[in-house]
Amino acid sequence: MSEWKSRFRALAGHRLFWPVVVLAVMLLANTVYRPGFLAVQMRDGHLYGSLVDILRLSAPLILVALGMTLVISTGGIDLSVGSVCAISGAVACLYISKQPDQDSLGAMFTALAMALGLALVLGAWNGVLVAVIGIQPIIATLILMVAGRGLAQLITEGQIITINADPYRAIGLGHFLTLPLAIFIALGAALLIAAITRRSALGMIIESVGGNAEASRLAGIRSGRITFLVYVVSAACAAVAGFMITANVSSADGNTAGLWIELDAILAVVIGGTSLAGGRFFLSGTILGALIIQTLTTSVYAMSISPQTALLFKAVVVIAVCLINAPAFRAKLVRRKPGLPPADVSGDQRKERVPA
Amino acid sequence: MTERHPVLTMTGISKAFPGVRALHDVDFRLFPGEVHALMGENGAGKSTLIKVLTGVYGIDSGTIILSGEPVSFRGPMQASAGGVSTVYQEVNLCANLSVAENIFIGREPRRFGAVWWGEMRRRARALLTRLDLDIDVNAPLASYSLAVQQMVAIARAIDVQARVLVLDEPTSSLDTGEVAQLFRIMRQLRDEGIAILFVTHFLDQVYGIADRITVLRNGSLVGEYTTAELSQLGLVEKMIGKELDVLERLDEQPKRELAVLERGTPFLDARELSRKGSVAPFSLTIHAGEVVGLAGLLGSGRTEVARLLFGADRADHGDLSVDGRGTTLRNPVGAIAQGIGFCSENRRLEGIVGELTVRENIILALQAARGWLRPVARRRQDELVDKYVKALSIRPANPEIPVANLSGGNQQKVLLARWLITEPRLLILDEPTRGIDVGAKAEIQKLVVELSDGGMAVLFISAELEEVLRLSHKVAVMRDRTLVSELTNDESVDSDRIMQTIASGAGEERATT
Repeated sequence: MSEWKSRFRALAGHRLFWPVVVLAVMLLANTVYRPGFLAVQMRDGHLYGSLVDILRLSAPLILVALGMTLVISTGGIDLSVGSVCAISGAVACLYISKQPDQDSLGAMFTALAMALGLALVLGAWNGVLVAVIGIQPIIATLILMVAGRGLAQLITEGQIITINADPYRAIGLGHFLTLPLAIFIALGAALLIAAITRRSALGMIIESVGGNAEASRLAGIRSGRITFLVYVVSAACAAVAGFMITANVSSADGNTAGLWIELDAILAVVIGGTSLAGGRFFLSGTILGALIIQTLTTSVYAMSISPQTALLFKAVVVIAVCLINAPAFRAKLVRRKPGLPPADVSGDQRKERVPA
Repeated sequence: MTERHPVLTMTGISKAFPGVRALHDVDFRLFPGEVHALMGENGAGKSTLIKVLTGVYGIDSGTIILSGEPVSFRGPMQASAGGVSTVYQEVNLCANLSVAENIFIGREPRRFGAVWWGEMRRRARALLTRLDLDIDVNAPLASYSLAVQQMVAIARAIDVQARVLVLDEPTSSLDTGEVAQLFRIMRQLRDEGIAILFVTHFLDQVYGIADRITVLRNGSLVGEYTTAELSQLGLVEKMIGKELDVLERLDEQPKRELAVLERGTPFLDARELSRKGSVAPFSLTIHAGEVVGLAGLLGSGRTEVARLLFGADRADHGDLSVDGRGTTLRNPVGAIAQGIGFCSENRRLEGIVGELTVRENIILALQAARGWLRPVARRRQDELVDKYVKALSIRPANPEIPVANLSGGNQQKVLLARWLITEPRLLILDEPTRGIDVGAKAEIQKLVVELSDGGMAVLFISAELEEVLRLSHKVAVMRDRTLVSELTNDESVDSDRIMQTIASGAGEERATT
């Protein structure tokens, strides 16, 4: 009996416990509202259903949020990811639209390479502003957030570029092994980032820089290079997300592609347990956070809540998620017996600031 | 005064954290108008007792009676409203707010519902005058030294009508003059009837000011004594619970011989190195196997010298050669590549990365030197970390807990381990024994001796002259950001002579300006 209790307590104490509970509750609520919600059907060798849709639609957000996780871990923030999505999508679509044969694979890869290259330059721009010149990240990336929309408009000449390219559309809508290709791209990116950060010492060094930049410098870490690197990675992730977003609709709109995705990404990171103050980062938590946000977005539309009030509804749920994720709040809610470990208390107090 | 009643009585206090019995059945009394020193090694339970008193932690059992009333505060704010004010070791103020704002933050004088700035400044000035502190109350706190900030923290604490004032290692960042100033204030407050609970690691200070001493060891009460009845040696033995063989052995050692080492190329040779606004041109040589002590008052430029030699700051002028080859240290990376390591005096801000584990903190400098693409294999990490956790007896001996959970002394050992695994040729230690207990202090001193015997050069910076004299082959004396004298540590050198050097140097300066 007590063994079960302690097991449950260990489970409940896990970082991902509450995000998982929230996701489960959300799925349950959807099922109650719409009994067919969980159903998944096989059609033409592809799986269809609300769950698959959620996974597919959350892919760009997952990508952006993964890059954002690394940036936030260094104590920074990247507000420009939405604009980078729009720019990369616009460049890729513009190039493909100019090709005589839009279905050419070669043309698509050239387009992707060009757009990705530009995104890396934009990431490097952010990196230089933050790491070399020393501008505060929120201001430095705000510049590109605003200017980037203009740049995207410039590329599309204020028009919505429509393309008719099957290979490019596949990035957003294609299937692989019965599931949408986008899921595999996001999963692949997640595994790649996890492998690079956790198999090498990069993850620890990023966390060290975010945890205490001056101590890290005095320990011989070239924190400038690390900071530069995470902004470049963030921009690259945003570029791929931009491909997906534009491929979904086979068109590039400089105004709306990736609009406000930076805010969803930041939320996903925070729900996942990474502190906005920098330090420890949790990629799995971020993915879970992104899934929660996408499920929420999907639910709001599915429950046909009017678009005007949808954002408000979303905000309320996000507040609830953040609160339930904050150990200090839970402790207040459930009056626990004294004897909470001191280590946890201090750790929790630090984390507590995150959602607030 | 014969039938005095304690203002504070703590009885049978117990407090456990998972895996740790922090306090076990501890009794503590505090009388009005006394300075009561709470002594014990790091981890003996001093901080826990204070945190239990001020409501940071709840207690598992026991009672706290303040002025005849049982109390259980639910936080420091409530405690200070109840008459128990605390000043912590690390200054817990807002550096970017003004001095006056810091003193009154949370209880600003108000008029018509708005903050009454004039009154706030007036009262702040009055308070600081009482503390004999002549500073601008409108200036941001950050523009003053750590010592002044500490004084401001005390001003904040005594402004609340405190019956009990808890000073948790208030002197660890103060120099001698400032300590004297603080003691004058403490006596003044004591004579006003305030009970002062004083925690420090400096034994001399205990005997300089305390009326009564309570000793804790491993979370249990050892006893309560009057200062007169307990000798310094007796106190130390009660604190560590064993004979002081380590310290004594070090003391018995004759002054360190170094005629041999002076020959040959020095490992590090600084000539007229300087940085504007930081330190005046100085020359210093350090040979392999040599311990060079850097003495001087707080703020005399000791740390600035260390930072130049480590590349933490860049020198404007002068030449530096390492191993006989001229070099410029642009950043710590360059210095580390030359085999130099640096333990900052500011452990929390410039040393540890609190969130990372003990293992990660120890491995950090080695990993940084290898670059992130070449991670140290986990097995190798565990080997190295295990070795140093054992060698330096880092406690708790669990390398996977966040280093922020360790006590100050153990954090210091973690930093030492961080550099030792990089096998440096010169280790710069800036105040490595500040704020840590007698046992750990002796261990670190012993380690310095062993390292230099093994051929490592050490630059040892400390405000405690005895310590510098005990360990160093050569002592460089700093005063007013100038290196005023370099003394070979032979029979003619003692702490008086160094004090004179510091003092007479100051005299010359006054004469010239």
